[in-house]
Amino acid sequence: MITYIIRRLLWLIPVILVVGAVTFILMHNTPGGPWDTDAERRQVDESTRKSLEAFYGLDKPLWRQFVAYMIGDFNNKGKFICGLPCGNFGPSYRQRGVPVQSILFRPPDGDDGNPKPWYYSRFGYSLRLGLMALVIAIVVGIPVGTIAALKQNTWVDYLSLLVATAGISVPNFVIAIFLIIIFASGLKWVSVVPRTWDTLSVWVLPATVLGFGTLAFTARLMRTSMLEVLRMDYIRTARAKGLAERVVVVIHMIKNALIPVITILGPALAGLVTGSFIIETMFAFPGMGRAYVQAISQRDYSLIMGTTLIYAVLVAVANLSVDFIYVLIDPRIRLEE
Amino acid sequence: MTAQVETQTPNIPNFGEALKTKTPNQEAFERLARNKASVFGLVVIILFMLMAIFARVLAPHDPLEITSGQKFLPPAWVAQTAGGKASNPDYLLGTDTLGRDALSRVLFGARVSMVVGFIPTFIIVLIGTVVGMMAGYLGGTWDNLLMRLTDVIYAFPDLLFFIIIMVSLRDSWIGQFMNGLFLLFASLAIVNWVGIARLVRGQVLSLKQKEFIEAARAIGVKTPRIMTHHLLPNTLGVIIVYVAFRIPGLIITEAILGYLGLGLRPPADSSATFITSWGGLLLEGQSAINAQPWLLLAPAICIALVVLAFTFLGDGLRDALDPRMRGSQ
Repeated sequence: MITYIIRRLLWLIPVILVVGAVTFILMHNTPGGPWDTDAERRQVDESTRKSLEAFYGLDKPLWRQFVAYMIGDFNNKGKFICGLPCGNFGPSYRQRGVPVQSILFRPPDGDDGNPKPWYYSRFGYSLRLGLMALVIAIVVGIPVGTIAALKQNTWVDYLSLLVATAGISVPNFVIAIFLIIIFASGLKWVSVVPRTWDTLSVWVLPATVLGFGTLAFTARLMRTSMLEVLRMDYIRTARAKGLAERVVVVIHMIKNALIPVITILGPALAGLVTGSFIIETMFAFPGMGRAYVQAISQRDYSLIMGTTLIYAVLVAVANLSVDFIYVLIDPRIRLEE
Repeated sequence: MTAQVETQTPNIPNFGEALKTKTPNQEAFERLARNKASVFGLVVIILFMLMAIFARVLAPHDPLEITSGQKFLPPAWVAQTAGGKASNPDYLLGTDTLGRDALSRVLFGARVSMVVGFIPTFIIVLIGTVVGMMAGYLGGTWDNLLMRLTDVIYAFPDLLFFIIIMVSLRDSWIGQFMNGLFLLFASLAIVNWVGIARLVRGQVLSLKQKEFIEAARAIGVKTPRIMTHHLLPNTLGVIIVYVAFRIPGLIITEAILGYLGLGLRPPADSSATFITSWGGLLLEGQSAINAQPWLLLAPAICIALVVLAFTFLGDGLRDALDPRMRGSQ
């Protein structure tokens, strides 16, 4: 088991290298440099551009820039500057003097001048939104799936199946548009872009939209899983020995039916944290996804690359966690060496 | 030393006609036709395809024509906006911020979605089937190569890959080619063929053990013929079902990229085939979401309808082609 975990964790290294290399090569083949032609900004003249490139190390050969980013490099004074392994994602090209990791992980200063708690950082905002979406998906999805299975082939079942199918296949930004039009433009219950994200109520709409796909998937998985459990012999045994129906359902059915549902929660959270950039952009949410989209339009290479790598690691770790959770909760599954 | 083996069709009495049995394909088609949701899906898809083909005839206005004084018109069901603009029956879905007809633009948007759904799929199926079959049937180095390659491609979150490709190559010659559609097709194909390849490989691995393949080999049928005549027909069902579920994914990807401003490059000339995409329309409507929500409504409904239609069709195809899978995930 431990060798398996170590081997799978080591497999992350080539994955990160490949993702980093592809991103790096593509980013550096772009015709537009990070500080050229931008109508809204002052143009950078030739000598300034040269000194900026020298400052950021962009005048060095491509392979050396890559090594400097992924591992580290010696600067002009012979001092070793550590790269990715030390959590150093390099300086942002657009927000001058600010390293990428500060943009993503450092919370802004509060009113009293001290930095706010860590969960006010861009990553913290995205994580909180993802967690909230996951909670909504579980709290609604599992009961819906359970009830649908218990009332199989009734209108309750058909309705929840229809909604779940729609929720899985229709992308969340389309669902977001419908909900925004209904609740923000039509009923005017909420505003699309709230003034502050400090009140809980403004989180409900983006979190619901973000979690809707996971909710639908959870409900469908729970339904299928319940239907399988319903036919098991031990359910008949439980009923035969005269247990109350409530006990049969909660202890014998739901507990066993939850196994496949639990295994999807890890990747679901990673999907929610990483897959939120459109929702974040729509609601002008101050998270990591929106920073990513802004970096794309501003050609902030180092920020794009840093965020891509973080996303790739999150997805890889989430996929890895599924395998482990499987083994932990279901002793029938053995790891193949 | 090669032994030439004569293969002859043995004289089997034709029970088929006497018993009036149907071929498996006929049975599958009948099962599909009985499934109301799938038929609905198929009809919707055909309607959207017609819409895409005949967009130029159906569109009431030039999709790029800017009519001054007709900006921000509400759709026909809104009599008057807060700004005092009355709706004009000429512009059924209203006009956008520049005064362009929203309905015509939505009709032309169908073209991009349909093309993105079908052309990359064709490439994906072609590459994926060939590679998957080779890897599964020949095994060895081919198989190892495929599995390592898929590991790498699976590790890269695909939407991020598309975004990075589009960002970095958009302004190069390859990104300008066909208004950026070529680059979009290519990047979609690069990522998606592995799914089919793995699926076909798995299917071939299990078919390989079956008696009829063994029999074909025993009577000396050559490998290419086994692949095309014995393996391919038996994997076709799985491929078709996979494709039906994959197409909406491609359409959604295009819409997301369009929404991020990374999709089709809008042409200046209104005689171009591809004027705008639904994702692009969402991007345009986004800035005016409070004042003109109807600009977002039509493309959003179209995306939802197309995606649902393909899902229903895919569900029906799965049930029809593989009755054992009925009712499962």
